[in-house]
Amino acid sequence: MSKGFSILVDTSKCTACRGCQMACKQWNQLPATQTKNWGSYQNPKDLSSETWKLVRFADGTGADGKVYWNFFSDQCRHCLSPGCMSVAEKEEIVQDEKTGAVLFTPKTKDLDFKATLEGCPFHIPRQDAKSKVMFKCTMCFDRISHNQIPACVKTCPTGSLVFGERGKILELAKKRVEELKKTYPKAAALNADDVRVIFIVKDDPKKYYQFAAGK
Amino acid sequence: MTNHWVDLKNSDCLLIMGSNAAENHPISMKWVMKAKENGATVISVDPRFTRTSAVADFYTALRSGTDIAFLGGMIRYILETNKYFKEYVENYTNASYIVGEKYDFKDGLFAGYDPKAGKYDMGSWAFKKDDKGVPVKDPTCKDPRCVLQLLKKHYSRYTPEKVSEITGTPVADLLKVYELYSATGVKDKAGSVLYALGWTHHTYGSQIIRTSAIIQLLLGNIGIAGGGINALRGQPNVQGSTDGALLFHLIPGYLKVPRTSQQTLEAYLKAYTPTTAEAQSVNWWSNTPKYTVSLLKSFYGEKAVKENDFGYAWLPKADDGQTYSWLDMCDVMYQGKIKGMFVWSQNPAGSHPNTNKTLKALSNLEWLVHANIFNNETASFWHSPGLDPKKIKTEVFLLPAACSVERDGSLTNSGRLVQWRYKAVDPPGDALADGEMVNRLIKKLKDLYQKEGGKCPEPILNLKWDYVDDRGRFDPQKMAKEANGFFQKDVTIKDPTGKDISFKKGDLVPTFGFLQADGSTSCGNWLFCASYTNAGNMMARRGKEDPTGLGLFPNWAWCWPVNRRVLYNRASCDPSGQPWNPKRPLLKWEAGKWVGDVPDGPWPPMSDKEKGKLPYIMKPDGRAFLFGPGMVDGPFPEHYEPYENPLGKNPMSKQVINPAIKIFTSDMDKVASADPKYPIVCSTNTITEHWCSGSMTRWQPWLLEAQPELFVEMSPQLAKEIKVNNGDRVKVSSIRGEVECVAMVTPRLRPFKVAGKVLHQVALPFAFGWLMPKSDKNYSTNQLTPAVGDANTMCPEYKGFMVNVKKV
Repeated sequence: MSKGFSILVDTSKCTACRGCQMACKQWNQLPATQTKNWGSYQNPKDLSSETWKLVRFADGTGADGKVYWNFFSDQCRHCLSPGCMSVAEKEEIVQDEKTGAVLFTPKTKDLDFKATLEGCPFHIPRQDAKSKVMFKCTMCFDRISHNQIPACVKTCPTGSLVFGERGKILELAKKRVEELKKTYPKAAALNADDVRVIFIVKDDPKKYYQFAAGK
Repeated sequence: MTNHWVDLKNSDCLLIMGSNAAENHPISMKWVMKAKENGATVISVDPRFTRTSAVADFYTALRSGTDIAFLGGMIRYILETNKYFKEYVENYTNASYIVGEKYDFKDGLFAGYDPKAGKYDMGSWAFKKDDKGVPVKDPTCKDPRCVLQLLKKHYSRYTPEKVSEITGTPVADLLKVYELYSATGVKDKAGSVLYALGWTHHTYGSQIIRTSAIIQLLLGNIGIAGGGINALRGQPNVQGSTDGALLFHLIPGYLKVPRTSQQTLEAYLKAYTPTTAEAQSVNWWSNTPKYTVSLLKSFYGEKAVKENDFGYAWLPKADDGQTYSWLDMCDVMYQGKIKGMFVWSQNPAGSHPNTNKTLKALSNLEWLVHANIFNNETASFWHSPGLDPKKIKTEVFLLPAACSVERDGSLTNSGRLVQWRYKAVDPPGDALADGEMVNRLIKKLKDLYQKEGGKCPEPILNLKWDYVDDRGRFDPQKMAKEANGFFQKDVTIKDPTGKDISFKKGDLVPTFGFLQADGSTSCGNWLFCASYTNAGNMMARRGKEDPTGLGLFPNWAWCWPVNRRVLYNRASCDPSGQPWNPKRPLLKWEAGKWVGDVPDGPWPPMSDKEKGKLPYIMKPDGRAFLFGPGMVDGPFPEHYEPYENPLGKNPMSKQVINPAIKIFTSDMDKVASADPKYPIVCSTNTITEHWCSGSMTRWQPWLLEAQPELFVEMSPQLAKEIKVNNGDRVKVSSIRGEVECVAMVTPRLRPFKVAGKVLHQVALPFAFGWLMPKSDKNYSTNQLTPAVGDANTMCPEYKGFMVNVKKV
């Protein structure tokens, strides 16, 4: 299934304004969690059943002695062959044919959470402690099935997030990587052939986030 | 901004300095990214590696408060390597002007300094003029007393090595920035300067901006697409409120506030209407009488007549030479000399310097009226940690205000674009729009003066106030029309082409060219004239056409002045009116008229010796100021150390701090320069997730989740020295106060090698307070900052003061 939609996350254009993180909370009416500053701009510290989109911040000093601050607006990749679905038996996790969105249903409460998380190369699924239902990004299924672009893409001020037909997004990603490679030889579109949410990075993905390119 | 937001995309090189555009103006990056896609270079210069630096092509750091040294070095580089745009500089700036004999500069001081008064006699910096009053020039720019030669001499001291010794920036990095940016000093390249509070928050902030202006003029970057000096303003409508006279030294439209020595309208107009003997100069401010009288007609309506100086006597007069900024008010309040205060649209107990002094000062009030959408640290100042509410007599009235989407009105962005905004929902409960609060207040005051009389009732009783709808409520449409102005009687006047044109009493004035000094027109703000005409509300337009392709969008809303999107745009052309850069033609003189943006006046270009005019129309002599004798602290920007500084000396001269600043001397205005107890340089900043002091955003759970509490950013080197780990709780203290917060240890901060020693710098956002989330500790970063301001503007020095940091 290679039709449907895709989201491009061009981290080279991301300024970590976190508009996407807020828009996700707002559209999906997810509550704020209690946080404290843990020595990072990144908050909440991790994804949760109440946080489906999170801008991860990673700073450090490169081999060239230059400081970097990488931003990675993490979310479900909506894989073409979703690893999380391997443990699903019935309709706990479904893949929408038209859009390609991978959706957790309330029936995920019956799944083995650990196995589901293990199945995901990107460490995305999260479980509500009480109801045992699992949650993650829906690709704004309720929006995209009504000709609206996802809330995170809608709010992005810099053009870092782009939504569209998968073919067009793949083309855009290829072009952008070629352009970036002139200055950043390590530039890449991560797992472009396997995922619908394609991250473009300028450097080693590990310098962005442990699971940026998968386990 | 001389230019506007969309125009950033036209730039070839963006110098983002004194601004953290990505964090504080996220939408700006839409256009910065477009510029990058077109091949532009983005330079970020900041003491901290910020979210802006993360997407810049080149980043380097400087110690807080050393921007003039950094940029002064760039002036030297441009002149020494001949990278300046000669034709532009010679024709459009005062480079060739001969400076008068009195001018001198010695070891940090300009001529005319009076050490007792702490002020300069600015007359010492006047240009030499011939017997007709025309500035004497040397077109070859070789005379040692001409501006260009004096400029060269002044900045010859700013060698890369000297600058590096002051700023802590490596010489190689300085040269890299100089080289990248000065590459725009050619016809077909544009360089844009983006600055914000990182430049204004200094005791010499205005002079930092002046330094950038000199650079931009030398490179021919003013008036062109993709160029300009672009102030990214700190609040959505701060441009609008400045236009409307938010500042103490102004009345609407940047007219000057009357002073006590100007008791008559004639004396006022004589003081503030510049004259010129330069034949090709427009000298736009020669219109001051028209704008002033029209403003008085707007204030006092039919009560303003020629016989009573149009009511000029009713305007309050400021004492000569006196400043009336928040710093002054707070100081006087601290002395117990102010009885009551209205505080609108700000949170002094969070965002103003020296919080402890502010709290004491507020405690001296009998009453305080504050309008806001939430409770905040100012309205509840009497509950502040450490204060005993029982001992504070101040009665506080907190008026619930409507927020931005709950009221109609205009909103002016940094690019001077005035957009009409519609109310989306009614305000909740008793909340009112600010305009309605003022409306009710004025009505009540008028009633009371009518019934009870009082001292000097005329200004209130004679104030024309009819900006209400049929139910007596504030009507922003009527106020907007008043800002534009009306004809007060039937008149026939000549239009710019010399044709007679007639108007009826009550017609809206089409543009400020028609305003009169005889009382036949009213205008609440001459800059807004043409914003609301007989054709309708121009600010409400939403046309999406972009005929030039440069992103001017002339039919989208309206921009002052007269919908001109780029100021001084006639300077984008050579003296014969042909664009310097034909690929980005903002204007072109074609078949006897200008084509493109709304030109800076209809006159032919300056090569037409008879009718042609110089492009810098706001300057009396028509040329931009490399040498600027209008600044109170010197005609050339000079490096001084912050008021509270690490070295106790200035590596550049004997004069340590700006000699023309006002120093407050109360027992709470302590300062600790070069004090081993406070060895670390500190500056404050804002963050994307919170709005200024956070008084509106800390109540928003998603934003609070993203940035929950106060933190201090520091380098790993400093953390190691003081044995602090990332995430530890630390106490940051200055001689004025202290705050507790979380340590954020990051390589994004670095120590500086300054004047042979290692200096550490830390930074704290000022977005937090004790009220929300509730705490018994004071989390106001401004506990630390000194109450001292810029010599020209009194803008506080939040960037560059001394602290210590210890693990809790």
